[in-house]
Amino acid sequence: MPKKIHVQAVINGQPMDFLCEPRQSLLEVLRDELRLTGSKEGCNNGNCGACNVLLDGRLVNSCLVFGAEVQGKAVTTIEGIATAQGLHPLQQKFLEHAALQCGICTPGFIVAAKALLEKNPKPSEEQVRHWLAGNLCRCTGYDKIIRAVLDAARLGS
Amino acid sequence: MKNFQYFRPSSPEAAVALLDKTWGTAELLGGGTDLLDLQKEYVAQPSKVISVAAIKGFDGISVLEKEPPVVVIGAGTKIATVASDSGIKEHFPALASAAGGLGTPQIRNMATLGGNLCQRNRCWYFRDEHVRCLLKGGDKCYALDGENRYHAIFTKEHTCVIVSPSTIAPALIAYGASAEVLGPKGKRTVKLAEFYRAPRKEGEREHVLEANELVLSVSIPAEKGLRSANYEVAQKRSYDWPMAQAVVAFHLDGKKAKEVRIILGHVAPTPLIADAAMKEVEGKEITEETAAKAGEAATEGAKPLKQNEYKLRLLAVAVKRALLTAAGAKKYWVT
Repeated sequence: MPKKIHVQAVINGQPMDFLCEPRQSLLEVLRDELRLTGSKEGCNNGNCGACNVLLDGRLVNSCLVFGAEVQGKAVTTIEGIATAQGLHPLQQKFLEHAALQCGICTPGFIVAAKALLEKNPKPSEEQVRHWLAGNLCRCTGYDKIIRAVLDAARLGS
Repeated sequence: MKNFQYFRPSSPEAAVALLDKTWGTAELLGGGTDLLDLQKEYVAQPSKVISVAAIKGFDGISVLEKEPPVVVIGAGTKIATVASDSGIKEHFPALASAAGGLGTPQIRNMATLGGNLCQRNRCWYFRDEHVRCLLKGGDKCYALDGENRYHAIFTKEHTCVIVSPSTIAPALIAYGASAEVLGPKGKRTVKLAEFYRAPRKEGEREHVLEANELVLSVSIPAEKGLRSANYEVAQKRSYDWPMAQAVVAFHLDGKKAKEVRIILGHVAPTPLIADAAMKEVEGKEITEETAAKAGEAATEGAKPLKQNEYKLRLLAVAVKRALLTAAGAKKYWVT
């Protein structure tokens, strides 16, 4: 078996070192090595968005990135979204709008929506729907999720 | 996934030196959106994966001040960067459209231009680990008399009826772009119009590159006054592969279209240059009538499979609407 690779990256603001096999995805590293289990494995092929993280501020599917590829980069997961002061406005609005049922897709939606609002703080409904095209939810029918994101945008999150 | 050795060279030359002479044992890693999927399905089982992430100057968009100016896009440039670049949106709207409509925001943030051009086809038989089709050492194409609704309609002379998956390539061909490629003996230039070929058996890819070559960049001449447009027909408005695509480009001499290019995507194993359709509108004003005639001409020579005759109509409409868009006509199909 090939040697494990030593990777240095900043995870949720903390400099971290980890070892991973070449074939381990960033998602596997986060969940199995770093015990950050907020990012979920859904389809494992880039369709569902449950594994979404920010890589140097850009939204990516962590299941399609090798762990070794985040060398020197900054990763933000769902665990890095809330602060010590409380929930992120997106998280608060997801709760208020009941924008989740089983919850598996929720971390991915929150991370994706955060990336959108950082780029475009006042998106239209159509822009939100297009941006979230890479996130699948099999419970809510999407409408409550869209409303929660638009409401969080109104708050100026 | 089968394990492998991971390499992270810091120069294109070092990356090329790590590649092998035949396909299959070493793979270049751009954004990984295609490669990881192929590896997870055991369709790709490289023993070496060579990341381009540490190669300096491999991404970015620059302009060479020539006549006409040439826009150079590094092979490592993310699709999202291509889609949002103001210069590309202004001078190459069909490229910006193809890039902006590709996959999801997540995919566009990861996928690279070089990876997009060299990605493997999407045939579900090819991508099934358990199917040994022509491209995997088998002796038959299972799509020919199988589930073939998304496969090629230009099938004459083809034993494997995949469609070329890149939506970027038809746009680059329409703009007369070329790729700079590095191999063990140095650099060469390959026109995008000559970049693709229909693979027939194992050990052949969908393009003409050697296994030990690396795409460095793509250069596009910015022709003054060129009008262009991309039109894709898909089942969903976002996150879908097109079933048919047309990219058109032409100059206007008064009201007459000159130097017309019409490139078809997702209907053949390679992007297709639609000669008959181009002749149909060359020297004519682009109207609903002439655009519709070009659309019909674009389907000439097609030989659809059992499940995909519907693509003929979609292709004709794609060509018509791309021509009308580039001509600045009202988009009556947008509500």
